Amino acid sequence: MSYTKRPDGRKFDETRKIKIQLGVVPNADGSALFAFGDTIAIAAVYGPKPLHPQHLQDPSKGIVRCNYDMLSFSVSERKRPGPSRRSSEISKVTEWALSNVINLEEFPNTVVDVHIQVIQANASTRVAGINAASLALAQAGVPMKELVAAVSIGKIDDKICVDLIKEEEDYEDGEGATDIPMAFLPKSGEIVLIQLDGKTSPEKLREAIEAGEKACREIAKKQEEALKEAKG
Amino acid sequence: MIKQEENNIESERKIVVPGEIIISGNDFLPGEGTRREGRDIVASRYGLAEISGRLVKIIALSGIYMPRRGNVIIGKVNDITFNGWVMDINAPYLAFLPAAECPRFISKDDIASCYSIGDMLVAKVDNVKSKGVDLTIKPKGLGKLDDGLVIQVNSNKVPRVIGREGSMVNLIKQETNCDIVVGQNGIIWIKGNKIEDELFAKEVIMFVTEKSHLNGLTERVEEYIRKRK
Repeated sequence: MSYTKRPDGRKFDETRKIKIQLGVVPNADGSALFAFGDTIAIAAVYGPKPLHPQHLQDPSKGIVRCNYDMLSFSVSERKRPGPSRRSSEISKVTEWALSNVINLEEFPNTVVDVHIQVIQANASTRVAGINAASLALAQAGVPMKELVAAVSIGKIDDKICVDLIKEEEDYEDGEGATDIPMAFLPKSGEIVLIQLDGKTSPEKLREAIEAGEKACREIAKKQEEALKEAKG
Repeated sequence: MIKQEENNIESERKIVVPGEIIISGNDFLPGEGTRREGRDIVASRYGLAEISGRLVKIIALSGIYMPRRGNVIIGKVNDITFNGWVMDINAPYLAFLPAAECPRFISKDDIASCYSIGDMLVAKVDNVKSKGVDLTIKPKGLGKLDDGLVIQVNSNKVPRVIGREGSMVNLIKQETNCDIVVGQNGIIWIKGNKIEDELFAKEVIMFVTEKSHLNGLTERVEEYIRKRK
């Protein structure tokens, strides 16, 4: 039996319902909430501000620091709070993805801190976090090349699915599940993040990237709309 | 000058997001917050795009305060060095106030006697260098704030808090019997006879920042004050 129907009845190229809210953290310089259905991430941006310790400063440009965390109540089994191997990896890849668009040459020796908190998780948390962070950075007035849009693509058995949920990630029949989170710059088409958990053939990967690019364009459109409605 | 621009907006201005093409054509020049990509002028940050003649620039809607020469700001003394004070002015960089700016003569070993750590000062931005900001307190009306209430608002809302030729802040001063100093960096000092007056002034200022995008804000504020009294 092959994978013909998704557990929540979505089409294979359909994302969950996207919800965007700006300015959710009043004390931050910029903040945003981004939700893929019941995966909800909040990003708060602080800075540019002076960077300490001083040896981390870069006199040619400002730097970005990311911090991704899943709150203990975000999953059904209580997650041990605090940083973990997983969260520091995701912080790092998010930082790398975002540093492709952020342009801090006007702010040497400073830092922009991005804090991403996942308050409810049902897979695809890192991409929800990147989408939230991109919106929060824009709202904070940080100079950027363009917005970043991210989506998780899955190969469930032999089907390419957009925006995975936990149930699909755990699918074991046939070829099993492969999770490929990716982040695009929708205007230039560059890939700024791609990870792969599972196995896939090069052809299927190519197909997944195409599906990802298409989904990211739609997400970017939603991000733009949200920013235009917010009026600061 | 910000106030003049507010008259002929709406039609000329639109909200842009980073990466969006504002206008294309070789006749236009990229200004603040924009860049040129081939024939297009592209937004580098989120804000209102304004095309004035050939120049295209972006007016920020949110984000941090960037110091400019001539801005009157309120800052807090962070550190004392042998020749002046290091101040936090709510910007990406710390600011420096040289000891020579002090209104009276002070000896080199006794800088703390003039202003000590934690004091709030009204100062003017004298110079913005590639790294750091220099302040002055020589012009009239600047100097130490002794007591009162200090609040912080988004620095992009400061023009609305001040209003056209100071109309908004004068209205709030009159209605609440408070003395108010609005720093361009978004820090506002309020001093009234009673703490209730100060809190009321704070409430009105917060109302202004929340409703800053609306037209006829002064009338709305008048109504709000009437209702609250």
